[in-house]
Amino acid sequence: MDFNTVSDLVHLAWLAGAAAFVIGLMRMNSPATARNGNLLSAGGMAVAIAATAILLLVRPTESGGVNGTGWAIIVVGILAGGGAGLYTARTVKMTAMPQLVSLFNAVGGGAAALIAIDDYLNLNAMNTVPTAQINVATVLDIVIGSITFTGSLIASGKLQGLIAGKPIMIPAGRLVTIALAAITVVGAVFLWAGNLSVPVMLIILAAALIFGVTMVLPIGGADMPVVISLLNSFTGTAVAMAGFVLGNDVLIIAGALVGASGAILTKLMADAMNRSVVNIMIGGFGGGEGTMAEAGSGGSVRAIGADDVAIQLAYAQHVIVVPGYGLAVAQAQHAVRELAELLEERGVDVKYAIHPVAGRMPGHMNVLLAEANVPYPQLKEMDDINPEFERCDVALVVGANDVTNPAARRPGSPVSGMPILDVDKAHSIVVIKRSMGRGYAGIDNELYTNPKTGMLFADAKDGLAALTAAVKAL
Amino acid sequence: MSPELLSALTVFVLAILVGFAVISKVPATLHTPLMSGANSIHGIVLVGSMFIAIEATDLASQLLSLVAVAFATMNVVGGYVVTDRMLQMFKKKPVAAKPAEPAEG
Repeated sequence: MDFNTVSDLVHLAWLAGAAAFVIGLMRMNSPATARNGNLLSAGGMAVAIAATAILLLVRPTESGGVNGTGWAIIVVGILAGGGAGLYTARTVKMTAMPQLVSLFNAVGGGAAALIAIDDYLNLNAMNTVPTAQINVATVLDIVIGSITFTGSLIASGKLQGLIAGKPIMIPAGRLVTIALAAITVVGAVFLWAGNLSVPVMLIILAAALIFGVTMVLPIGGADMPVVISLLNSFTGTAVAMAGFVLGNDVLIIAGALVGASGAILTKLMADAMNRSVVNIMIGGFGGGEGTMAEAGSGGSVRAIGADDVAIQLAYAQHVIVVPGYGLAVAQAQHAVRELAELLEERGVDVKYAIHPVAGRMPGHMNVLLAEANVPYPQLKEMDDINPEFERCDVALVVGANDVTNPAARRPGSPVSGMPILDVDKAHSIVVIKRSMGRGYAGIDNELYTNPKTGMLFADAKDGLAALTAAVKAL
Repeated sequence: MSPELLSALTVFVLAILVGFAVISKVPATLHTPLMSGANSIHGIVLVGSMFIAIEATDLASQLLSLVAVAFATMNVVGGYVVTDRMLQMFKKKPVAAKPAEPAEG
């Protein structure tokens, strides 16, 4: 086959890959077909990459031979990156999964930025002023890719606990961020005007990298899923720009697809928390603090023992378990399932109330509970379960905090407006919690001082195990 | 504008619209796997990284492209594997814990 035929076939393979991405995403609409959809998408990716390798093998090179160094780079890079990706993806605990996704997003954005940087250096070496098309795409790719790279790393670090989850205020942080943005814009316009300058490109690069840091640092940990989703969308856009730089359709399609889907997803997530994306990016949590702290607290807390809770649970008719991130951290998914099964044997109706942002990301808690074999029909979404709290005998809150705080119903609190689970409407409330520590929003939870609430101070896993033992002993 | 740019822009805009249309249908439960799945898709940047790697002649380009290829592959492989791990859990959701709903009446 001559090169043109191969090239045509490769382009068709890329098209097939792009189609697989679209169909794969569509199949992720329902839990039944989601896994299949992901595999289809992965298959499309494999085809696209294999086709690229074939194209690079057969296409004529300047020297006529095979570019050994180039292939060595590709093979070593794939082995190193693939190994690292495979290892981390297979060993990560499901609780730590959001930060891993953020890390993968960071490297994806980094790769997109590197392509543009490399392209720019080559243009400079040949002293060719790029066409407007290449120029615009290159600069956008560098800027967006760099912001995603550092931004996602910071987001990942925050979730991992390497960086404090609370909003970090840089002195004059907003000014710094605005200044960085201004530098980037001025530099970009300068390059777009037809100037070829590596120093200016490097200044833009540095400004964008720092911008990514200063953009994410002031954002509270609770908003991190939305930020990760937004950065995911950014990466998609950066990849599409890389597609314009290289004149490659499959990069444009896949990048635009992710850019658009990520944007929608970001909005859905922000909606679930009743917050606007703009608000979050400006660093909403932490704004207007100070006066609020005293407003709700003041009541006393009632501690309760495992035996008392066991009696309440065993003789209840309806129990709603409210799992939160604390449950996942303590690896207590199995313990909660055990307790629930025990109660069901005694005829208690047990349901789980899943807040849209329970865990660290929308849907995260469903994943964690599914891992522990909790029957899917028992998992209730917030809107379905909220009316049921009124006739629920005991609400058992395990490691959930901000999503149960009644302060969200009033204005003036950092969590104001966030949809919450109506746990306070239950006849009796039991909270398993290690201490009176605060949640991500950094405020006291009024639920804990509610007279109906008993606090069982324990690690989620130990507390649940103690409850299970106590129920068995009844 | 060159014909290439026009066709690239066409593809770009249509792909964005497809992205909007596809996502609006996904239930909240699947948002996390979906984000992760979309995250793997932009690993397609590996294709671009391979192109710059094969064309790299000076040391700077070679180093940049090596990092780009490694980063992009990590994005692809890790992304799909972790998404699959998440989705695997949904697969076995009809567990035998409750064999049948107790019949009413």
